[in-house]
Amino acid sequence: MAEISVKINGQEVQIEKGKTLLQACEELGIDVPTLCYHPRVAIEGACRLCMVEDKKSGQLIASCTLEADDGMEIETESPRVVEARKLVLDLLLASHDVDCFACERNGDCRLQDYSYRYGIERTAFPGERREFPIDNQNPFFERDYNRCIQCGLCVRACHEIPQAGAIDFANRGFSSEIATPFNVPLEDSTCVFCGMCVELCPVGALVPRLDRFTGRPWEIEKVRTTCAYCGVGCQIELNVNEDRVVGISGYGESEPNYGDLCVKGKFGWDYIHHPERLTAPLVRKEGKLVPTSWEEALDYTARKFKEIKEEHGGDALGGLTSAKCTNEENYLFQKFVRAALATHNVDHCARL
Amino acid sequence: MAKTIEQENYREKVEEIVAFFPEKKGALIPALQAIQKEFGYLPRPALEVLSGSLRMPLSTIFGVATFYAQFHLQPRGKHIVRVCMGTACHVRGGQKLLATLENELGVEAGGTTEDLNFTLEEVACIGACGLAPAVMVDDETYGRLTSDKLTEVLDQYRKGKEG
Amino acid sequence: MKTRVLVGMGTCGIAAGARKVMEALEKGLQGVEGVELLPTGCVGLCEKEVVAEIQKNGEKTIYGDLTPEKVERLIEEVVLKGNIIEDWIAARPEEPILAKQERIVLENCGHINPENIDEYLEKGGYKGLEKALKDMTPDQVVEEVKTSGLRGRGGGGFPAGLKWQFASQAPGDKKYVVCNADEGDPGAFMDRSIKEGDPHALLEGMLICGYAIGSDEGYIYVRAEYPLAIKRIKVAMKQAEERGYLGENILETDYNFRIKIKEGAGAFVCGEETALLASIEGRMGRPRPRPPYPATKGLWNKPTNINNVETYANIPRIIRRGGEKFAQIGTEKSTGTKVFALTGKINNTGLIEVPMGISIREIIYDIGGGIPEGRKFKAVQIGGPSGGCIPAHLLDLPIDYDSLVESGAIMGSGGLVTMDEETCMVDVAWFFLNFTQKESCGKCTPCREGTKRMLEILERIKAGKGKNEDIERLKFLGRNIVDTSLCGLGQTAPNPVLSTLRFFEDEYRAHIEEQRCPAGVCADLLRYVIVQEDCKRCSICVKVCPVNAISGKPKEKHLIDQEICTKCNACLEKCPFDAIVKK
Repeated sequence: MAEISVKINGQEVQIEKGKTLLQACEELGIDVPTLCYHPRVAIEGACRLCMVEDKKSGQLIASCTLEADDGMEIETESPRVVEARKLVLDLLLASHDVDCFACERNGDCRLQDYSYRYGIERTAFPGERREFPIDNQNPFFERDYNRCIQCGLCVRACHEIPQAGAIDFANRGFSSEIATPFNVPLEDSTCVFCGMCVELCPVGALVPRLDRFTGRPWEIEKVRTTCAYCGVGCQIELNVNEDRVVGISGYGESEPNYGDLCVKGKFGWDYIHHPERLTAPLVRKEGKLVPTSWEEALDYTARKFKEIKEEHGGDALGGLTSAKCTNEENYLFQKFVRAALATHNVDHCARL
Repeated sequence: MAKTIEQENYREKVEEIVAFFPEKKGALIPALQAIQKEFGYLPRPALEVLSGSLRMPLSTIFGVATFYAQFHLQPRGKHIVRVCMGTACHVRGGQKLLATLENELGVEAGGTTEDLNFTLEEVACIGACGLAPAVMVDDETYGRLTSDKLTEVLDQYRKGKEG
Repeated sequence: MKTRVLVGMGTCGIAAGARKVMEALEKGLQGVEGVELLPTGCVGLCEKEVVAEIQKNGEKTIYGDLTPEKVERLIEEVVLKGNIIEDWIAARPEEPILAKQERIVLENCGHINPENIDEYLEKGGYKGLEKALKDMTPDQVVEEVKTSGLRGRGGGGFPAGLKWQFASQAPGDKKYVVCNADEGDPGAFMDRSIKEGDPHALLEGMLICGYAIGSDEGYIYVRAEYPLAIKRIKVAMKQAEERGYLGENILETDYNFRIKIKEGAGAFVCGEETALLASIEGRMGRPRPRPPYPATKGLWNKPTNINNVETYANIPRIIRRGGEKFAQIGTEKSTGTKVFALTGKINNTGLIEVPMGISIREIIYDIGGGIPEGRKFKAVQIGGPSGGCIPAHLLDLPIDYDSLVESGAIMGSGGLVTMDEETCMVDVAWFFLNFTQKESCGKCTPCREGTKRMLEILERIKAGKGKNEDIERLKFLGRNIVDTSLCGLGQTAPNPVLSTLRFFEDEYRAHIEEQRCPAGVCADLLRYVIVQEDCKRCSICVKVCPVNAISGKPKEKHLIDQEICTKCNACLEKCPFDAIVKK
């Protein structure tokens, strides 16, 4: 891969050709703020927060959209850059419902972080603010566009990841907003509730409903694991607060999903602490199901299989397995049914 | 999206329009222009059919339809009635005129009558303060109106339609 | 030689009643031999519409302010007898209004029938295309355009030849030629006049471009609000196809070129080239960052050359007469001519074409005939909502791309709005910003949010509620919106504010510090007062006041209650004794 040389904040560095300035900075550990950039979706260049100063032309340029070129010299925190960033943040705050106290993302909000970083207490431009009703009709997540900063990450996520195309920008200018067609509730749109929009939202405009009021971001411990739903094996992070799972995030750094989730993986975790969840095997004794040990349960099942097989033959039995299992597990299962139970009565639910 | 009876009413026409653009690329805006020409506005079921024909998310079509000033998602009347809401008209009973119109036409401000003869709109100030209260119908300004006179004005346009 | 009567049938001519004049002429000339009656495009004398040019015995005379009633005498004396009716002449060639102009792009407008290709051919039409196809290689055509020094007439002023070179050198077997005919500036109608008056020139320019960059497909993106222009382009395309200038094997060479018309759907931002391309592709007109430039990645990601109507219309003449010759007109770095729409507080409003380098003074006073009613010139807004104002002390500034940028304005597409002492500069800034703010696409933060906040501050100042720090705020907002916006619309939107602040900060201060609008425009800062010495107590004002703000019975003292007054001006208009004044 061809390398080029650029000077960032006075320091000469070699980077791979084809990278944007923002990606180059990221690699070098230089934190250039951005709200509308996410590696998972197309680059838009909309928020204008990642502006850097090009020393040669004296211009401010959006680092997320410009490919680094050999011999470039840029400053990422020059007074001019800082002034421009302050204005962008200030303008976003002027149209933002700054009620951080009640916001789920308080402490994990990039708008908040950057405003703090650049010392903005409150907007210098109070004026008209559009008001949106909060949409909490669907069971999965809340849409509060009073907090939306129109970075468009949700739109790109929706069109690019599940390709559901449920939402897009509507209207234009100061009236522009993110909307479903004809503003129908999400559940009447083509939304598949994969929650990718929620995952990518940099502020508190899209928040999972189950997660509400279960813990502040700094109280949450992230525990990496594999999603229990299907055989794909998506990598997820359990959001844990005081030994309770209070939410799930995609883990972005690994295959197979690189952060992408589906409706079940993202929102279907409430079974974990459900009071009716089975936590021990049950055996029916005198017509009643009672908890028992795994040993007893397995012995009991094996014994019953044998009895049926001996009395009625293997075809009296059948096995149905699940898409939650891996291919290997499904292979083993059919092997077990054919070899041990001696029947071809084996099938698979093929979906969750 | 489930097929609805309304969609079926528009299907033939919309598919005829789409067939006019053998290349699907770039067809959306001309197709919307043709649909609006046909129906006077962009009916929702027609856009739902279009979404299927062009294999394009309805959200994208809705976005384009709301982005460009030319497109209307609601039927527009043959005559546009604009009631002045400026201060002078307000003081002289603009609000009352609006109420009269809403009553006479059976629609609220922003609405269109069922026979598609009138669209009723509020407007900030038409600069005819000396004639307050004033109403504009299409390009014509009517001033010093009372509810009775306004009814007379409306009748002219109603007759125009029938005649 | 045949006598020809050409009636100006552009959109504005028709609006002024050209159809009725045409009908009267048709009727009056029925059975008259040797006289041709034809429609033509706009000759640029808007103030004088309806206009007709009469060509008789090799002489051309332009008559203005025509009505159907004048037609009989016109036929009798001028068409038949060959006399001249001095009083009706709209403009004489030797008068500065015409003499100071140099018509290259507009040379045919108003002089030929735009719906007849033969008239275009007679004027040397399609000779440029023929020369390019038969005597020149594509690279030579690009070179010729570079030699001409022609810069894009759409606003930015990027050298057209260089643009063509980029598109021609960009790898790819499919390339596009796009014409930006989405003229959307308020008060600008240069391109419309060319499309209506000389549509073949545009087609020929695009055809030459296609040959030069290796493209076989062109798009004209034109506003749907210009139905007549669309119709005339379509007629021209059909005729060009019939004569073998458009389509397959043009002029029996292996060059093929097709043109499609795309009607805009009402969004000013689509004048920005990447938004325009998005719109042709059927998407929202939200611009995308450049680079990559359309020359390498344009329409459907293919190399694309975009110019506006005036730029393309210059091309046939450049190829026909040579780039060298074109470069002799104008200044060294801004060659050729520029078409302007002259409007506002000026005597001769209209469409003019002047050599680059001409001074603003010459345009305002010689061509424009000065300011009406002897009022004082204050400034001229050039470049429309993206431009800036040039104040009186810079009247001798030459009109060229670089001088204008230096003074805080831009060439823009050609709107020239003249302002006099009765124009409030805060109001002007508000007017233009109000326009751009509403037309922002909403994609990038500074333009979507920033122009809104600037507008709110301006509204506050206009209402007398401005604060001292508002001037700094406007400058801060303006400077950073220019620096950080994604596209040309946002990057230039603050210009009208910044440039009026640069030259007329004192007017802003008067609004803020003294709650006074020096030009007497901002309604909230005006007071209507009855001059008691002049008042005859007739009480007409009391009766006309729509909000009952004036007290007093007949024969009693009348007073205006400032709290109630809505400044509607009704009393001032009706007072028979001029006893009511605005302060």
